Amino acid sequence: MVDRSAGGAWPERLAFLGALVAVPAVLQVGMPVDIATAQAPVLLILAGICVGIGTSIANGCTSGHGVCGISRFSPRGIVATLVYIGAGALTVLALRVVLGGL
Amino acid sequence: MRIILALVAGSLFGAGPHISGMTDTTKVQGFLDFFGAWDVTLAFVMGGAIIPMAIAWRMVPGRAPLVGGSFAPAPDPALDRRLIAGSILFGVGWGLIGLCPGPAIASLTYGGWNSALFMIAMLGGMIMAPAAARRLDSMSGQA
Repeated sequence: MVDRSAGGAWPERLAFLGALVAVPAVLQVGMPVDIATAQAPVLLILAGICVGIGTSIANGCTSGHGVCGISRFSPRGIVATLVYIGAGALTVLALRVVLGGL
Repeated sequence: MRIILALVAGSLFGAGPHISGMTDTTKVQGFLDFFGAWDVTLAFVMGGAIIPMAIAWRMVPGRAPLVGGSFAPAPDPALDRRLIAGSILFGVGWGLIGLCPGPAIASLTYGGWNSALFMIAMLGGMIMAPAAARRLDSMSGQA
């Protein structure tokens, strides 16, 4: 939708997104999950921009490369997954060091 | 029919990560915490999702979707700079907060300002992406 590639397919994309938002909203009542509690706004914005640019130029994320890519033994999917998990692990390590929680 | 299937797919994509803990940002960061108290459980979520998908891929060749259109062709398998740089950026953002795109959308109703802010920044990043990709391509050195 962001890249305007939907064309005539926007009703089904809207249906998909609607269900994706609505179902967890209902589930959250019965089995709540912890979500980004008390995060600094600057961190949220920085992370959001990284995720937005990164998943767009790499053509995929945890579902696209991780689940769909690895399952068809795509070299791109496997490499991308290893790279983003590695980068994520180093980021968490850096956060721990900065926050002094290591 | 396609809209009903989209609703089913969206519901599953919303419910699965929620139930398995993939939308729990603390749990995601625990999964990425290789050097600390590593929580391996999300690897099983991903592995569990890969198995049915691998079976589905095996059934695709020689078939057409029942609801029209066609299956997406296999993309160019080349490993390029966009893939690596994009994946690094995504990994950093994922590690910082513990949200990837699916859960970010799924958490919009209950994540409050945190989710909304992340979502807006993510959309902004997606809009900036073509320019970032061109800049990446124009950098000197071998691709």
